[in-house]
Amino acid sequence: MTYSRFFGVAVAVVFFAAAAFSAQAGELVTYKIVDETIPQSLTGKAGDPVKGRKTAINRKKGNCLGCHVMPIPEQADHGEVGPPLNGVGSRLGAAEMRLRIVNSKMINPDTIMPAFYHIDGFHRVQEKWKGKTIISAQDVEDIIAYLVTLKGK
Amino acid sequence: MGNKWLGVATVAVIGAAIAALVGADAAAKSDKKMEKMTEVEKRAADPRNKKYIVGDKRTGYVFLTPATRDIQDDDFSNPSFVWVETGEELWSKVDGKAGKSCASCHGDAAKSMKGVSTAYPKYASEVKKLMALQHRINWERKNRMQAKPWKWESSEMLGMTAYIKVQSRGMPINAKIDGPAKPFYEKGKKFYNQRRGMLDMACAQCHLDYPATMIRSNLLSQGMANGFPTFRLKWQKLGSLHRRFTGCNKQVRATPYKRGSDEYTNLELFLMDRAKGLPSEAPSVRM
Ligand code: HEC
Ligand code: HEC
Repeated sequence: MTYSRFFGVAVAVVFFAAAAFSAQAGELVTYKIVDETIPQSLTGKAGDPVKGRKTAINRKKGNCLGCHVMPIPEQADHGEVGPPLNGVGSRLGAAEMRLRIVNSKMINPDTIMPAFYHIDGFHRVQEKWKGKTIISAQDVEDIIAYLVTLKGK
Repeated sequence: MGNKWLGVATVAVIGAAIAALVGADAAAKSDKKMEKMTEVEKRAADPRNKKYIVGDKRTGYVFLTPATRDIQDDDFSNPSFVWVETGEELWSKVDGKAGKSCASCHGDAAKSMKGVSTAYPKYASEVKKLMALQHRINWERKNRMQAKPWKWESSEMLGMTAYIKVQSRGMPINAKIDGPAKPFYEKGKKFYNQRRGMLDMACAQCHLDYPATMIRSNLLSQGMANGFPTFRLKWQKLGSLHRRFTGCNKQVRATPYKRGSDEYTNLELFLMDRAKGLPSEAPSVRM
């Protein structure tokens, strides 16, 4: 019974809530892709792993938890659409993660994973999101700074 | 993913059947097993799912929590029936300049409307395109009753669609996609597979590639349309299929179409064909 009630409450929260949230307008940072990686930091500034963890949780920002199980025990709901990110820091380097987050479709054109730092080629984007990226260049760096700490299996 | 689900469901149904046969001892063991199951496996194991599974097809019911199933299974607790009653009253209520009600032409809905909604949306020569049930209702109101059209999401329209659809409850969905319906079906199919919005996702990516998968707090279903209109606990009211489309468009940050638009009606036909053979489940209860 506790189970069902818990689920009833949880689903009341919309997945990928479309509510207004300030995203980054304007110029995109340019970057170079080398062998399915982006070697250079997008901002030249070190990422903040604590902020990155928060962005990964935030449903209106990264919402990485929407599709990935992550070592974030205080959050009840973890998606299982993508592979678990536990230990991803032992499997992938920052450069590989960077292209994956910026535009996963450069690696797998059929993937369901959104391009988090990209604006072109989308169909019928809602007016309020036009010309904006899902997260900022610094958000990308923060998330990477967090993911590289996820060592182990 | 679909196969994984099928496996879990079959094993669980067989498991439940054996437990019932072998008696209390085995049942106690199977209780222990239930405790260890994941939430998804538990939902799949409910023997009530059986009539909502046809071949590879599953209605949204199969993905619900048992508690939500309880609400749907009892017409007295299913809040949709408030709207069904509205529909029943409107059925025989005279409206419009022609001085007629639906009943004036169609008599007893339990007889005349049985099976009708399973064929919708349907090509209509009057308009040379598809009509969803709502379009047909408003066409009748305008042309036969000379009454004002109802708004798509009004309680009158929801009530009447629920009332007409409940006459076909349990009957297999059977919409036509050949002949003049073909080009409209093809458009619906294209819509279904088109990536859209800032998140750049197609209907097919969530509902074809990942059913029975948690997407944060939601368990993805096959996105079947045979339960609509549905009472969503989240909406706290009955809602149309096109309202659901609007929601699924907005969650990927795409501009939705209008309810009742050609785009959504063509999409509805594509979904009804996906649900072909599943029992008509409207008015259902969903989370
Ligand atoms: C809608 C689903 C979805 C969302 C949201 C999502 N991902 Fe993914 N992700 C996937 C899928 C599916 C894969 C598997 C690879 C593929 O599809 O190409 C993947 C793969 C990955 C990988 C590679 C993992 C490995 O072990 O190789 C990383 C890293 C990753 N995602 C990070 C993220 C981060 C960080 C976010 C949030 C900013 C995120 N993902 C959001 C679906 C998603
Ligand atoms: C980001 C993932 C995602 C995308 C893309 C998506 N949906 Fe959904 N859809 C959901 C979720 C989550 C639910 C609620 C749980 C469920 O029934 O799957 C849902 C529910 C539905 C339902 C209700 C099923 C029922 O039995 O109550 C229908 C119908 C549906 N979607 C159709 C569509 C169509 C058509 C599209 C494309 C226009 C679409 N969806 C795109 C995630 C998605």
